[in-house]
Formats: sequence, C-alpha cells, structure tokens
Amino acid sequence: MQKLLILGAGTGGTMMANHLRSKLDKNEWEMTIVDQEKTHYYQPGFLFLPFDIYKPSQVKKSIKKFIPKGVNLIRSKIDRIDADNNKVTLEGGDVLDYDLLIIATGAHIAPQEIEGMLGSGWHKDVFDFYTYKGSKALRDKLREWEGGKLVVHIAEMPIKCPVAPLEFAFLSDSYFKHKGMRDKVDITYVTPMSGAFTKPKASNALQYLLDEKGINIVGDFNIEKVDNEAKKIVDYGGKEVEYDLLVTVPTNMGSEVIERSGLGDDLNFIPTNKGSLQSKAHENIFVIGDASNLPASKAGSVAHFEAEILEENILRYIKGEPLKEKFDGHANCFIETGNGKALLIDFNYTHEPVEGTFPLPGVGPLRLLQESRMNHMGKLAFRWIYWNMLLKGISIPFVSATMSEAGKHFEEVES
Amino acid sequence: MLKQIANIEINVNDEGYLTDFSQWNKDVAMEIAKEEGVELTDEHWKVIDYIQEQYRNEVPLSIRKVGKSGVVSIKDFYRLFPDGPLKKATKIAGVPKPVSCI
Repeated sequence: MQKLLILGAGTGGTMMANHLRSKLDKNEWEMTIVDQEKTHYYQPGFLFLPFDIYKPSQVKKSIKKFIPKGVNLIRSKIDRIDADNNKVTLEGGDVLDYDLLIIATGAHIAPQEIEGMLGSGWHKDVFDFYTYKGSKALRDKLREWEGGKLVVHIAEMPIKCPVAPLEFAFLSDSYFKHKGMRDKVDITYVTPMSGAFTKPKASNALQYLLDEKGINIVGDFNIEKVDNEAKKIVDYGGKEVEYDLLVTVPTNMGSEVIERSGLGDDLNFIPTNKGSLQSKAHENIFVIGDASNLPASKAGSVAHFEAEILEENILRYIKGEPLKEKFDGHANCFIETGNGKALLIDFNYTHEPVEGTFPLPGVGPLRLLQESRMNHMGKLAFRWIYWNMLLKGISIPFVSATMSEAGKHFEEVES
Repeated sequence: MLKQIANIEINVNDEGYLTDFSQWNKDVAMEIAKEEGVELTDEHWKVIDYIQEQYRNEVPLSIRKVGKSGVVSIKDFYRLFPDGPLKKATKIAGVPKPVSCI
C-alpha cells in the first residue's frame, strides 16, 4: 500500500482530497489529510462579516463534511516535515510516513512582524479582517463606531487576496452612507505599492471609483510601526498617517511548520515550480494554494485552477511520466465596489486584467473590469458554488484552469 | 516605447522602467540613476545585484524583505535611494516595479 498525505484541509487540501480519492485505486493508495482545525472557513466571507452582510454561520462549516469517504482525517497540529526521510511528525509525537506529500498549509497573518501592531490597540482600534476572530471583532466595532479617521492599510506584499483591502474601503463607503454617517468618516487607503491600482488598464478603468467614493490614497508607505498612544502608523521614510480606526492587513506568512521543517523562504513560502506545482527541493512533494511561493495571487480561485493541473501532474508522477508545466497563474476574482455592484477580473502570470466578457466570449454574462450588479450577484452566488461544487472537486461549467484569451480586449502592451 | 539611454535605444514603459531586462547594463543603470538624482556607489551596486538576483528567481520584492536580506538595512536603503527606495532601485536595476494584481 502506498501512502498519499495531504497537510492542510483548507481550500487547496480539501479539493485535492476530493480530486484524487476518485482517481486513485483504494487498494493501492491510502490517503490521509491532517488539519489542526475543526472548522472550514469560507475566507472570502471575512470581507462581508464586518459589514453585517454575512452572518457568522454563513462562513463556517465542519471540515469533516468535505472530506470524502476513504480519506483518513486526522485533527492535529503538525510538528515538522522530515522531507529527506518522507515522514511527518504530529504534535503528539505520532509519525506519518508518505510516498507522496501535498502541502496545503496556506498563509496567515503575522501581525507580530510589525512593531506595535499587537499593542494595546489590537482588536480595540486596530483590527485585521483576515481571521474569523478579527473580522467578527471588527463587525462589533463598526456597529458602535461613531466615525473619525478610518485607515485601511496593507503592510507588505504578498498578501492573500490583494484586492480585499480595496474592497473593504469601497464597502466602508457604502456602509457608512447607509448608516447616514458618511460625512463623519474620512477613509484613507494606505499601501506599500505606488497606488491603489498598479496596472495601467486597471488604473485607467477604475480610478473613478476612488474619486466617486472620496477615498484618499497614500502610496509608497512602508510601515515601520504602529504608535498605539498617538494613534498613528509610521513608515520607514518618516511619513505618518493618523487613525481613529485602523483596519490593517498585516504581513502574510506561510505556516510555522514550513519554517520548522526548513522548507520555506524568509516568509515561510515553499519554493515551487510555477508550472508543474512540484516542490523545487523534493520531487515527491507538491504544493497547492497559498503555501507556495508562486508569483500568482494568493487566492482561492488560484488554488482551484491549480487543483485541476496538480491532479493531472500527480497522476503522471505516479505513472512515472514527465510532469506538464501547464499552470499559467490563472486567477479570477470578483471585486466588490459597494452599492450592490462588483467588478470581475481574470488574469494570469503574463496578462494583466482587461475588459471583455466572462466566461463565454462575447456573451458574458459577466463583464470584466466593469462594475455591474450581475457581477455582485456572481460574487454572492460564489459562496454556494464554493461549498457545493468547488471544494468537492466538481468543475464549474465554462471555466477552465488555464486562462482563455477569447472574448477579452487584449492589445499589444509592453509588459 | 523606445528611449535613448547611454547611447543605445532601450525599450521602456510609460514610467521609464525597462521592459527588456536583457538590455540592461551598468552604463544604462548609471544614466537612469542620474535622472533619479542618485549617484551610484559600491553600496548601491550591492543592492542592485540583490534586486536583480531576486528578479531572476521570480521572488517578489518588498522593502521589508530587502531589509531582512542582510544586504542593506531599511534605513540605509532609504538613504541610498531616497523617497521611494524600491521604486527607484528597481528602475535603476532594470527590473519591473513591484505591482499588485490590478
């Protein structure tokens, strides 16, 4: 009996368990998946929770519900991966051997990386919304907040879902308008990038959103520390931004297991072949989702597209066939713009988001890089798709793993 | 678009970043540095080497990452390339400015 081990039962790990259990012979392959949590969170929902758009019950379900029959689910913390000896040690000391390992341990926020971020203001006037706890605490804060300077901030790249903080700023504008207190709230978006938009097409198409919603932008801001007393964030160049309510996306890092196992880079992300998803250091280790160092977005849609390609490559690896370097960095993201509208973007390693239609060329019904109510409905519908199709490995009609260029308005652009 | 830098035609984007890394050489770097008001010293070259190595390995750059690299402290990075160190240093190094997905 050969052993396939998956570390992490989030979006990527759960999809792989479902994809591979139906493909691998049960008499030849034993499959095990390990996760320390009992709950599977729908992380895109953390954006909506603070604004009372989603209820907590809509963003969490039991991990167990999504693990197929024939896959052993172990609930435990992982101590370390001994890649040279094909062994994983769990927290209690149990050792799991593997022939093939899939690492899907994800990324998480690391507020401790920024001086003062976990200080006296943490979850009082300094919040994250990338954790269930942070997002829910922020909801409670927003319900009673009387207004002032709202600063939406990104510490450094890469982060999960790079558009989420921008969506947060847009949704804040709507939220406070609906509460009749928009005039009491000053919204500033602070980013280490050159601006809210960094790609020429998106800048041209979307700059109006910032003007229309009255969102101030502070770019090139590289945070050095949070000053909890003076309620300001300070950058290495000496710039300062004052806040009454700071909503920050702290540094994102891969799992500490990766660090303890010596398999990651300085942010604990695993060097991975960007086309085949095989680990660069060990040929029987594959990486899916946020745990890798791929130059793609850290987003559920990326893990979803990777899953299809990884399934093929793992089957090839088992048969001793050469792997295909087929993954193109494809991502597909809805961007909430507030007032019941959203944008949709579709891009990959080499193509920036452009205008056009999706998923059917020339038809849509969704429009790329343009605000519409249909896109917003798509974003809300996606939660159902996530729980009922995506995690279970059921493919979504018309949406392919690699990016389609049809129906999109590409022109010759210098990259 | 094309721009005359150090007596050769170089492909650059609207913001003056090289779009073809293979066209980069030290003379090109020195000329871009001059436009940015930076005079290149040994300290600068070490940083440029590091940035180019990260680019070749497809490792995304951030200020804090540069600071942790052991090549230069963040304070010194700001001293060497004032105002927007990463923007300036990448431009001089001939690699793309760090971008997000939109």
